[in-house]
Amino acid sequence: MSKAEILGNIRRGLKRGEATQDQKQAVANRINKHARNLVPQRAQLPHEQQVALFIEMATEAAAQIYQLESINDVPKTCASWLQDHQIDTLVTASDEAITSLDWSSATDLACVQRVAEIGDAASLTTSFAGIAETGTLMLHSGATSPTTLNFLPDNHFVILKRSDIVGPYEDVWQKLRETTKGDLPRTVNMITGPSRSADIEQTLQMGAHGPKDLIILLIND
Amino acid sequence: MQITSPAFKENARIALHDAGLQKALGNLKEGFPVKRSTAVARMPEFEQLRDEGTALKNHILENLDIYLEQFEANVIKNGGHVHWCRTPEDACKKILDICKEVDAKTVTKGKSMVSEEINLNDYLEKNGVEPIETDLGEYILQLRGDHPSHIIAPAIHLNLEDVSEIFHEKHKRPKSSDPKVLMQEAREMLREKFAGADVGITGANFLVAETGSSIIVTNEGNGDLTQTLPKTHIVVTSIEKVVPTLEDMTLFLRLLARSATGQEFTVYNTLSTGPRRAGDQDGPENFHVVLVDNGRSEMVGSEFQEMLRCIRCSACMNHCPVYGAVGGHSYGWVYPGPMGSVLTPQMIGIEEAGLLPNASTFCGKCESVCPVRIPLPKLMRHWREDEFSKHLSPKAVRWGIGGWAFFAKRPTLYRLLSISSNLFLRVMAGKKGHIKKIPLAGGWTDGRDMPAPRGKTFMSQYKSRKQS
Amino acid sequence: MHASEKPIKVGLFVTCLVDMFRPSIGFATIKLLENAGCKVSVPEAQTCCGQPAFNSGDKKSTQDIARQTIQAFDGYEYVVGPSGSCIGMLHHYTELFDENDPWKARAEDLKSRAFEITSFLTDVLDFNTILSKYDAKATYHDSCAGLRELGVKQQPRKLLAKVANLTLSEMEESETCCGFGGTFCVKYPDISNRMVENKTSNIVDSGATTLLGGDLGCLLNMAGKLKRQGHKIETRHIVEVLAGMTDEPAIGDADYELGQPA
Repeated sequence: MSKAEILGNIRRGLKRGEATQDQKQAVANRINKHARNLVPQRAQLPHEQQVALFIEMATEAAAQIYQLESINDVPKTCASWLQDHQIDTLVTASDEAITSLDWSSATDLACVQRVAEIGDAASLTTSFAGIAETGTLMLHSGATSPTTLNFLPDNHFVILKRSDIVGPYEDVWQKLRETTKGDLPRTVNMITGPSRSADIEQTLQMGAHGPKDLIILLIND
Repeated sequence: MQITSPAFKENARIALHDAGLQKALGNLKEGFPVKRSTAVARMPEFEQLRDEGTALKNHILENLDIYLEQFEANVIKNGGHVHWCRTPEDACKKILDICKEVDAKTVTKGKSMVSEEINLNDYLEKNGVEPIETDLGEYILQLRGDHPSHIIAPAIHLNLEDVSEIFHEKHKRPKSSDPKVLMQEAREMLREKFAGADVGITGANFLVAETGSSIIVTNEGNGDLTQTLPKTHIVVTSIEKVVPTLEDMTLFLRLLARSATGQEFTVYNTLSTGPRRAGDQDGPENFHVVLVDNGRSEMVGSEFQEMLRCIRCSACMNHCPVYGAVGGHSYGWVYPGPMGSVLTPQMIGIEEAGLLPNASTFCGKCESVCPVRIPLPKLMRHWREDEFSKHLSPKAVRWGIGGWAFFAKRPTLYRLLSISSNLFLRVMAGKKGHIKKIPLAGGWTDGRDMPAPRGKTFMSQYKSRKQS
Repeated sequence: MHASEKPIKVGLFVTCLVDMFRPSIGFATIKLLENAGCKVSVPEAQTCCGQPAFNSGDKKSTQDIARQTIQAFDGYEYVVGPSGSCIGMLHHYTELFDENDPWKARAEDLKSRAFEITSFLTDVLDFNTILSKYDAKATYHDSCAGLRELGVKQQPRKLLAKVANLTLSEMEESETCCGFGGTFCVKYPDISNRMVENKTSNIVDSGATTLLGGDLGCLLNMAGKLKRQGHKIETRHIVEVLAGMTDEPAIGDADYELGQPA
């Protein structure tokens, strides 16, 4: 009822009836082309410079970045950071990159694989990509990567492989379509720095409802 | 919320003398506009992005029905539901129905101006469902029984002391004047609410036809907790938010962050596509999109169609000297500032909101910063034309303009009018260069002097010079 | 510049405020145009640009006034006025008529010929032989319509740079509206008053002894506020300074205040 009225009003405004097959096809074609609009020059760079730009922009957005020679350095980096912050439990995602890590060196740290719960102090996840243009991480939901890990804990560690850094957002859409075969995960998160708010007197404060610290573990692969 | 738009002038007078509000508005001037201009300067292609954004929105509006149906089909394909609602009542009722289906007691809410527009919180409360605002600004306002005065910085009319006081009163904790402590307090208070809610309601910044996704853009992360933790996620949004593809959404995201807060990118840009998938360990089991019309479909093809390009960045109000002087509440309804002065008459009627499109000097600053180049002064003028043609303009204005136009259309008589006005003012001024008080012109002379005319009118002097 | 060539035929759009309040602005405009090699006429049939009707939503009256103005300025190569606001209004005439209305084309034609004075001198004539002298530290208010509808920003500054002994001290927020807004200042006096207060405080903070601008409406508003607040800052239209016609007391000043600026 409402739908017919709303669409009827729109069509009346456009001075036509229901769109013709040609008009619908034109729209479908436009969608299927996934054409890019203007892509700013900023991130259209050789990959090494994209990595440098990513680091610069993410740092500007108040993310912490640790550059690691190998993914095997993740446990000790997390453990040391968490020890400094007197945190003894790390909730992690369960993708293979994480489950295959050797945590035996982190003797004082308890690692648990589960969704996040209220009160969790820290989480560790992987990421799908890094977007150099604004230092943005892309993560998405899936069987091994629950979304709550990205938001509930006070501190969020994210593993990012250098090779997963792309230039502009457009590149990540292409990568996402290819990886998911066009079937988007329930949640796709683009995250640029830790949570913040300026709702009190227009003064920026870090750590509103999401993580207060976002720690990017950039892996040289 | 109660509409006070007809009392705009009185609201404004009070606002101008409200020291707390004026202090709070002072923060605005040093904030958003400065940050926007820095962000724009860092993006050399910004003007081209504005052009492309404008053209793309125009394309979408020309095919709006097709894109909306495409969006709906993809939401359904992903296992979600779409509800089309013509009126605020339809939308509120639909949302309540969904809440009842899952036997909801409490709902958490991300920031949504459409939910303000349909007055959702009042409706839910009246029907036994407790809405909990989770955006920090909205949360402060809800505790105070207050309403947003700005579309992206809802509590911009408040000062630190106001927040400090209401938190002390409602949280029963020691009073603090440290914004960091206050934010931590809100964070702790809301944790349990996030987990305990049966339904999470968010708005949407854009809807992607290609994928059936909705996207929210936030800095706090409250929207993500709102939509991830409860079993049901309801997106309440409006029909003009649809875009064709992820690439098209990207164009607007580039424009939005810079125009709104002057950020390079907002902290969290989150796409939601349907309910949780088989195997997912978290995320909502039900996904609903409530598409609100509320007069928008009637704007298509009308002289106000361009307003449907609006992406709710707030740049127009951030740069508006009238908004900056009187604040958002003076406008008397949900949407303040220049964009509100165009939208409000459409939604609550020009009879109620006639003062809003008149409350502009047409300085053009709003249009100059609008990311999708909406000609806001022109659209406000269209409302004035509508008012004038419906004989709704105040009598003084109609008679004044009518009388003046009579002369303006008759050059010889106009000369006489100029000469007599010139003479009158010169007599009033006497030997002085300015006049302190002029009968019937209190609007001018209450606040400033009237400089006196210098000599006879130009036309008289020019004539005598030519003759001599 | 063009003095040796055939003089350019310019119709002066006086504007009603200049006509009624400060004829010297009209004469200064004529002087500048003549110095730049123009032959200036003042069509008798002009009245007001119609902006009060236009902005009050009275489209019918605006159309009548527009047709009258279009006719009055038929046959002039250019139409020039000392106001971004009024000339901007002449440009708006194109929005008043439908595509197939013959007045639409005439309005477009007028638009292509109509210029604000500093823009005309700079952008059209490339004229910069300013020989005047003015001892002052001046600040310049960018009137909204000139700035945002006609792109008048650097032109007045370029010309002022040629004036001997004048230094320009830019105020904060020179591009922010002064709160005049035509009928706005009488319909919303409280808000208008606050806006002009903000403006005068920026003017005072600039340390200038003279306020200059290109629109008499704004200047009357700001001068009136400066007077009410008791400031001794002189307010003048830019053409008075450019044409060296500053013997006239400043806006809002009386004869006996002559020679006692600031």
